[in-house]
Order: sequence, then C-alpha cells, then structure tokens
Amino acid sequence: MTLNPHQWVYTHADYLYAYAIRRINDDEKAKDLVQETFLAALERADKFEGRSSERTWLTAILKNKIVDVYRKKTALPMSDLINAEKEQHDFFDQNDGHWNKEYAPQPFGIESADPLHNKEFNEIFKRCMEKLPALWMSIFTMKHLDDESTEKICLDLKVTAANFWVIIHRAKLNLRACLQKNWI
Amino acid sequence: MSQLKKIIYNCRQATLLIEKKQMVKLSIHEKLELRIHLAGCSFCRLYNTQSRMINVMVQQLFQSSVNNEIHLDDDFKKELQERIDRELDKN
Repeated sequence: MTLNPHQWVYTHADYLYAYAIRRINDDEKAKDLVQETFLAALERADKFEGRSSERTWLTAILKNKIVDVYRKKTALPMSDLINAEKEQHDFFDQNDGHWNKEYAPQPFGIESADPLHNKEFNEIFKRCMEKLPALWMSIFTMKHLDDESTEKICLDLKVTAANFWVIIHRAKLNLRACLQKNWI
Repeated sequence: MSQLKKIIYNCRQATLLIEKKQMVKLSIHEKLELRIHLAGCSFCRLYNTQSRMINVMVQQLFQSSVNNEIHLDDDFKKELQERIDRELDKN
C-alpha cells in the first residue's frame, strides 16, 4: 500500500465528510475536519507503513480529531455536575429515591409500534434531543456508532467513571421527561 | 429502612442501573437488585421499555442522517485538492 495524495479528495473526501458529519452534526466543522485531516496526513505521510488501507489510515486521523472536538465541547465545569445532582431531586424523592409524582413515567402509547414512523412524535423527539448536553451526544455516538468501551470513552473525554454514569443517567431522564411533557 | 425496602423504593438507583445495563454488564449484585426492584415497580418497568426505545430511536436518527448520501460541494473539493497539491510541491 502506498499513499496517493493527488487523488485523496476525489477518493476519500465525501466518505470522510459523511463520517464526520454523522458524529458532530455541524457542517462547517465537518468540512474543517476533513481539510485538517488531509493536511495532518501529509505531514506524517512518512509514518504510513502500509499496514492498513489509505482510507483506514485517514479515518483514524479524522477520528482522533473528532475526539478532540468532543473533548473541547465537553470540558464542563464541576458546578455542572453538582447541578445534575440537584436536578435529580426533582425526579426522585430525596429520602427514599422513589419517583416524584409529576415525573413518574406514563405510557407514550406507542411503545410497541415503530415510533419514528409517527411524524409528530419524531419531531418532538428531535427537538428534545437538541436540548441534550454535548457531552451526552459525544458519549452516545462513541458508544453506539463506534462501539467504544466505556473505559476508552472516559479516558478520551477525561471523565471519571462515576461522573460518566451521572451524565448518562441525567441525560436519559431529561430526554424521557421531555418526551412525556410534550407528547402526552 | 431495611436493605430490601431500600431497593424496592429506590427508583433513582433502579433507573441508573437500567441505563448502565444498556452499556455494560451489571455485577451479580446489581442484576439482582434491579430484578427485585422491577418485579415490584411498574413505573420503572415502563421506564425500562421507554429508555430502550429511546436508544433505538437515537440510533435510527444517526443512521438516517447518513443515508441521504452526503457530498461535499465541488468548489470546496477543488480548492482542497489544490491546497494538498501545493503542500506536496513544497517538498
């Protein structure tokens, strides 16, 4: 395997762009990342050993850049996590941890169907997703698109294991509550 | 409160375990705790169903954004290749 940078854009740009946009959902940023990836690849072209395909190699560089973006977006202050703790007191009774009446789950009525085929529900879902913190989106993407281990995600995003679960838990509680509030 | 009662009442802990379970393998202790709680709590059983449904929906949203064949515009590509070629000429 050798590199052929004169054909890079033609061969790989659309692929890398789609890869990036799927993971960061920001058109301008995705374009920047594609460009940065090619330029970074040129700089370290001598380190390419040909053990993987050109595309795999370029994708690995892009992937690191995406994690950098996640990390910058998600460098949240500790106060944010303390708020998360407080917020959960709205969902649950402070003493015994039982659901507070207002937030106790109620049926959406479409659990058995394919909810995304319900146009109205789909719209509400998208709007509720937008309110989620960047950190959760990053974690979810790494987990479910790239199948990374939780250890690797914590390491990459510089989150402790305990905080990791607080973030996951909070985001899902909020997303579910948002659906319940706007759908039922 | 007895240990068992704590588990039965604690929906905060149960929902945390439900989230955890979708990402990692629970310990035997956690599995048991969750099973006991879910047996007696219809709210958390519903939460469990909805939480899983939400995960599927998020994944479907990610997928659908890719299926619409995304392409970079030609001008951007042209400039980008030119830039790469210029960098190559430097060496």
